[in-house]
Amino acid sequence: MASTAAQAHDGHAYPTGWRRWVLSTNHKDIGTLYLLFALGGGIIGGFLSILMRIELQEPGLQIFANGQAYNVVVTGHGLVMVFFVVMPALIGGFGNWFVPIMIGAPDMAFPRMNNISFWLTVSGFCLLLVSLFVEGAPGTPGFGGGWTVYPPLSVTGHPGPALDFGILALHLAGASSILGAINFITTILNMRAPGMTLHKMPLFAWGVLVTAFLLLLSLPVLAGAITMLLTDRNFGTTFFDPSGGGDPVLYQHLFWFFGHPEVYIMILPAFGAISHIISTFSRKPIFGYLGMAYAMVAIGVVGFIVWAHHMYTVGLSLDTQRYFVFATMVIAVPTGIKIFSWIATMWGGSIRFTAPMVWAIGFVFLFTVGGVTGVVLANAGIDRELHNTYYVVAHFHYVLSLGAVFGIFASWYYWFPKMTGYVCPDWIGKLHFWLAFIGANILFFPMHFLGLAGMPRHYVDYPNAFAGWQYVASIGSYIFAFSLVVFFYGVFVAFARKERAADNPWGEGATTLEWTLSSPPPFHQFETLPRITGSSH
Amino acid sequence: MGMDSLRLRFLAALAVAAALVVQSGAAFAGVGQPSPWQVGLQVPVTEVAEFMHWFHDGLLWIISIIVLFVLALIIYVVVRFSEKRNPVPSKTTHNALLEVAWTIVPVLILVIIAVPSFRLLRLQLVTPPADITIKATGHQWYWSYEYPEDQNGGFAFDSNMDANGQPRLLAVDNEVVLPVGKTIRVQVTAADVIHAFAMPSFGLKIDAIPGRLNETWFKAEKEGVFYGQCSLICGQNHAFMPIAIRIVSEQQYAAWLTEAKQKFASTGKAPMAVASRADAVSAE
Repeated sequence: MASTAAQAHDGHAYPTGWRRWVLSTNHKDIGTLYLLFALGGGIIGGFLSILMRIELQEPGLQIFANGQAYNVVVTGHGLVMVFFVVMPALIGGFGNWFVPIMIGAPDMAFPRMNNISFWLTVSGFCLLLVSLFVEGAPGTPGFGGGWTVYPPLSVTGHPGPALDFGILALHLAGASSILGAINFITTILNMRAPGMTLHKMPLFAWGVLVTAFLLLLSLPVLAGAITMLLTDRNFGTTFFDPSGGGDPVLYQHLFWFFGHPEVYIMILPAFGAISHIISTFSRKPIFGYLGMAYAMVAIGVVGFIVWAHHMYTVGLSLDTQRYFVFATMVIAVPTGIKIFSWIATMWGGSIRFTAPMVWAIGFVFLFTVGGVTGVVLANAGIDRELHNTYYVVAHFHYVLSLGAVFGIFASWYYWFPKMTGYVCPDWIGKLHFWLAFIGANILFFPMHFLGLAGMPRHYVDYPNAFAGWQYVASIGSYIFAFSLVVFFYGVFVAFARKERAADNPWGEGATTLEWTLSSPPPFHQFETLPRITGSSH
Repeated sequence: MGMDSLRLRFLAALAVAAALVVQSGAAFAGVGQPSPWQVGLQVPVTEVAEFMHWFHDGLLWIISIIVLFVLALIIYVVVRFSEKRNPVPSKTTHNALLEVAWTIVPVLILVIIAVPSFRLLRLQLVTPPADITIKATGHQWYWSYEYPEDQNGGFAFDSNMDANGQPRLLAVDNEVVLPVGKTIRVQVTAADVIHAFAMPSFGLKIDAIPGRLNETWFKAEKEGVFYGQCSLICGQNHAFMPIAIRIVSEQQYAAWLTEAKQKFASTGKAPMAVASRADAVSAE
């Protein structure tokens, strides 16, 4: 009772109602907001992808009036999924929730900045949604130039204000991420509990730390590029316009200098979470902890010097292409270390196949599939055939949709009892997994065939020869979509049944600090800092 | 355990399917255009495309073996180290030899891949002395082609998709005609936004960028009509600006040139020597 009185005396009464959520400075509440936001974004982004699959199910135009309308949906799907689903879920959601707890900190370093970071993301999303409904290309709503927003299509090709909304949306999302990155870096470097050296820090915190540095260094470049685009569009500059001495390829260099680290931004936190899940359910410590941590650092560093492998067909010189082939292939080495270390963590373990574990094992396999096609595409010689075909679409959906998204669901089922205090029936998580696994493979594997056969991306309609595999892919997407119904059913059941989760529902394998707290954790944890003992790895 | 055996059977089926794909890749492929249910690259008709096929087939073997190896490890671990089979977990967290091995072996595999990869790159990017040069310009949403005067050309024409032609979305009104067995240099640029000039069976793809004159080359070894499609998002009719190249004998080419000079004389485009300089930047 004394402590309660002391809290009230210090003005630490807990906010309730709308104040708790809108004015939140609590990392767990903000994490929850991010996760709910990502779920909302996922429903919208997923809806857009179903529209695409309905359109592509058969040759000819099905539901879109023309290619522009289709490309607006493709662009919206890409931007929503990248900036408003995967990033908010992994970094804003699970990162906010568990990085402070895992390092033994009471909260993030800058709680108010954390709040503005979240609401900037929401504002950005609103602007992006507005952009879908205002004029872009003459006479049609929305911006349909792909998520990469290449000029001149994004300048002369879309004179309407849609892309201006889009650019401002990216600016807000980018500012939000930069603030979030600063917050994570400060928190992780300064607020680790006594005894928790960097080399004892959980891998999820490592993943988020590397991600935060990638965000901090790459997003300002994107901000610069899209600001130049904004002035090209509205104020008569010609940064990317050859008729004024500019160069459209410059934009591509700037964009991909951001864009390539961005793909690691989306996967590194998932890498960290998967390590914990595999270790927990194998009841074994992570194999090669230091190798795992520094593999992520290596992926982050090398990720900054491979950007032009997205640009092999723009007319780069022979030497430039040689360099980017070489540098890109280097990334396969740390990625291989991670895959093999996950398997080695399971090796000799005592594996319990819970829902989060089957998601994590699925992640390891599917990420391998996406990874090896990345090695194929790294070679400029063969990328020349596959660039901008469905092979690339298959590749990046294997690493993102089947990689990052599987990582999100694995984390969800892993941390759900901790976050909510309720149990989600394990069979629902497994059913969700099998439907998603089968659906996503039927959806994305045939895209390799389409790409090899030469089908270009961003096509509303295609030669009849591609019809077979396109139809199969559409069927897969409906199965994948149905798996999400199962997912929401699981959430519903958990909240309806209100079966209390244990503080540590996963047993002795779960060794990180969040499992030492109650489920759900107290509003403020670690008022007395935990002391970390035990040897370094 | 029912779940496990189901998983095994499903994964085995996947493995068989993967092996079938490796085997049958070439068998289904079309010549100059895709075929229904095709699972591999289109039939190559240039030395570069043949090299790419060979390289891709090799890569496919390597990556398939890697994926199957990882899959086999996962299956073994899942079966052997389940809670029931192995109630007491080991506490091993390090094995220096193993960790060095799984760093070095991928490096060696990548080096093996890099050797042919760099040879292929050189073959693609170093244009040999060309017999004929043409220029392709991407527009929203069609291609135009120019044949230079000093090579018995001196005309230009637009090539639009033939909405009623076959194959659907690939047929065009005016095909590019070029002779078999000659080294053709293609200069590529664009008049409005970026497009990409692609011809899968030639192993060729190069962006058409306003204000920039890109170059690529090919030497077709078969006669026939070959189709490609614009390969960089360029707006509303991106899917409807195909590329069609008809490769003919040298005599037929000479005859076509004579005919084309008359046919396209009236298009009003100023004949030009292509090799001079791109003038594609539209005055705005």
